[in-house]
Amino acid sequence: MNPIPSLHKRDLQIAMRHGGGGRAMRMLIEEVFMRGASDLPVDGVGLAAMDDGAALRIGDQYLIVTTDSHVIHPLFFPGGDIGRLSIAGTVNDLAMMGATKLLGLTCAVILEEGLSREVLERVQASMQATCREVGVPIVTGDTKVMGKGELDALVINTTGVALTSRVVRDNGLRVGDRVIVTGTVGDHGLAVMATRNKLQLAGELKSDVAPLFDLVQRVLAVGGESIVAMKDPTRGGVASALHEMAGKAGVGMLVSEADVPVSEAARAASELLGIDPLHVANEGKALIGVRPEAAERVLAAIREHPLGRDAAIIGTAIAEPKGKLVLDTGFGRRLLAEPEGEPLPRIC
Amino acid sequence: MNATSQLKFRDPVLGRALGDKLNSVVAELGRSPVSVMHVCGSHEQAIARFGLRSAFPRELDVVMGPGCPVCITDVPEVDEGVALALQGVRVCTYGDMLRVPGTVKSLADVRGDGARIEVVYGIDQAIALARETTEEVVFFATGFETTAVATAAALLAGVPKNFSVLSAHKYIPPVMEIVAEMPGTRIEGFLAAGHAAVITGSGVFEDFVKAHRIPVVVAGFEPLDILAALVRLVELVRDRTPEVVNMFPRCVSREGNRVAQEQLWKVFTPVGGRWRGIAHVPNGNLRLKEEWSAFDARRRFTIDVSRLWDYAPPKLLGQCICGEIMSGSRGPKDCPLFGKECVPENPVGACMVSTEGTCRIWHQYGGHLDLRGVS
Repeated sequence: MNPIPSLHKRDLQIAMRHGGGGRAMRMLIEEVFMRGASDLPVDGVGLAAMDDGAALRIGDQYLIVTTDSHVIHPLFFPGGDIGRLSIAGTVNDLAMMGATKLLGLTCAVILEEGLSREVLERVQASMQATCREVGVPIVTGDTKVMGKGELDALVINTTGVALTSRVVRDNGLRVGDRVIVTGTVGDHGLAVMATRNKLQLAGELKSDVAPLFDLVQRVLAVGGESIVAMKDPTRGGVASALHEMAGKAGVGMLVSEADVPVSEAARAASELLGIDPLHVANEGKALIGVRPEAAERVLAAIREHPLGRDAAIIGTAIAEPKGKLVLDTGFGRRLLAEPEGEPLPRIC
Repeated sequence: MNATSQLKFRDPVLGRALGDKLNSVVAELGRSPVSVMHVCGSHEQAIARFGLRSAFPRELDVVMGPGCPVCITDVPEVDEGVALALQGVRVCTYGDMLRVPGTVKSLADVRGDGARIEVVYGIDQAIALARETTEEVVFFATGFETTAVATAAALLAGVPKNFSVLSAHKYIPPVMEIVAEMPGTRIEGFLAAGHAAVITGSGVFEDFVKAHRIPVVVAGFEPLDILAALVRLVELVRDRTPEVVNMFPRCVSREGNRVAQEQLWKVFTPVGGRWRGIAHVPNGNLRLKEEWSAFDARRRFTIDVSRLWDYAPPKLLGQCICGEIMSGSRGPKDCPLFGKECVPENPVGACMVSTEGTCRIWHQYGGHLDLRGVS
C-alpha cells in the first residue's frame, strides 16, 4: 500500500526514533547492519532472521545467544529499575527463542563520572535479586567509566546464553493460528512516561518488568509442537511485534481490540497522553503464536501462572492483507499501523 | 477486563445500532454522495481511531475540513517563531509545532542548530519556566478558541515580566463561511467541534446557518457522539431544515462559557490573516489587543524573518496539496507525496506533522481507513 521509503536525507544522522523499536529502527538495521551479514554462513538462526536472538547448532542442541543494552530514564521507576530490566530483558529474549535451560548472563556496565555509588549498589542488588528469581548466574562482566555528560548515568549491557533442543522462531504463524498475549499491555512504557510527566493517576500504574522464563516453560510444556511463534512486545509494543510476526510469516492478522487486556490505570494514562497502549513497550509480556486447536489449552495454562492471570487470545492469523494488522474496534475496522518508533525515547 | 468497552460512549452495541440508523437515513435521501464536513482534527482522530469510516454508508462522504490548528498555522507565523529562537529567545511551544516546516526551517531544525526550544503541554509550564529565569521566554501560542482561552486566562492572571506571547491562535467560525462560499462547494452540513463550542456556545453558529442555509450539528468526540451527530445532521439535510442542533448537551450550552468568552475578548481581537494552504480568512486570526502590548512578542521584539528567506523553498513543497486536503476538496490518497516522500518523520506539508493533521492521521492508521472490502 505505502511503499516503504528508503533512508531520507535527514537519516544521514541518527535520530531518537532509530532506537524506538519501530519501522525506523528496523530499516536502520536492515540498511546498515545487515549489509554483508549473510556473507558468512550461520548454522542455525543468525542476524539475518532479525529474531529475538541467535540459535547456534551444537550437536543435537542449539545454543541460544542474545544481547541487549539497557538505557532508561529514570533509572528507578514504579514497578522496577534498570537492574531488574537488564536481567529480565535478556532472559525474556532467550525464552522467546524457546530456551529451556539457562546457562548464564554477562554484564557490562558503562558508568558516568559522578554517579553515586549508592545508586550503583541499588542497581546491582536488583540485578542479583532478579537473577535469583530466575535461577541464572552472571558469569562475567566489564566495567567502564565515561566523562560527565558523555552518557546519562548508567548503561548496562547483558548477554545471555541458553540451550534448547527446539528453537521457537517469530515467523511460524499460519492462517488460522491464534496469538495469545500473556497479560495487560502498555504498562511499562506508560508507567515510565507517567513518571516522567509527573502524571497523577488514579489506580496503580507500574511497569510489568519481569522475567518470563518460568511462564514460557509452562507454555512449552503444555503446548509442545503447537507453539509456533513467540515474541516479546518490548519497544514498539504489541503492534510492532505483531507486524514482525505477520510480515515474516506472510500472513495478515485480525486483532480484536475488545479482547486486548489493558489495566484501568494504563487505559487512563493512554487516554491522557493520547498514546495507544498497543504501541507502548512491555517488559514482562509475551506474544505466543499457537495452533488453533491448542489455543484454549495453552491459554488456560498461562492463566494459572502468576504472571499470566490476565492473558487473552487477541488475534487470529488471516490470509489477507499480508503483513498487515486489521484492528476490529467494535465499531468498525481499521489498519493497525506499524509504529514508526516508540512514542517516547529511552525506556528500556 | 477492557476498560474501553465499559465506557458509556464506547458501547459497540449502541454503535452498531447508530450505524444502521445512519445507513437508513442516508438511504432515504436516495442520492450519492451526501457530503458533510467536520472542522476538527479530534473528530478525524476519533473517526480513524475507531474505524468508523468502515461503518459509514458508501453514499456518505465525511470530509475533513480545516480543523487542525497546527496545520493551518501559516508559514510566516512559523518563521516568526524560528526567527525569535535564532535571536536567542527561549521559545516554548506545543510538541506538534516543532516540525512544522517554515519557509526554510522548522523549530526542530533550529533546535538542532542550538536554538533553545522548549516543548510544553500548556502555557502554565511556559510561565513556570519564565519564573525560574531572567531570560526572555516566549510562548508560541497556537490553537483555536479552546487553547486561546487558556492563553487569555493566563495573561489575565498575571505573568512575569520576561514572558510574552507570539499568538498564532485561530478562530473557527469565520473559516466555515469561507468553506461554505467556496465556488463549487458540495458541503451540505457541518459537524462543529464540541470542545470549541463549550466556549463559544452552539449559538455562535446561528447566524451562519441563517445566512448559508446549511445545518450545523455540535458533536462530541466519543464514537457514539459522532455517530449520533451524523445521524442528526443527515436528517437535517434530508428534511431541508437548516438548523443548529446541539448533540453534545452534556458539555455545550447555547450561550457557552460566558466567563471564558469575556476573558477571550478582553485579551484578543480578531484580525484577518492567512490560514496555511486555505485562504485569507477575515477575522480568522486572534491577536493580542493593544493594551497587552507589553506581553505581545510581536511588539516586544523586532522579529527579523528576512534572513530565513535566503534560500529557495524546497521543491517538493510545490507538489503538496495540503491546502486542498484541508478545504476538503481532495484527500491524502490524491497526493503524490503521501506515504512516499511525505511521511511523519520527514513531513513535506503541515498536515503530515500534527497528530491532528489529516495526512498524519491517515498515515498513523495505515493510510487506508476504509476496510469495508476486507473480510
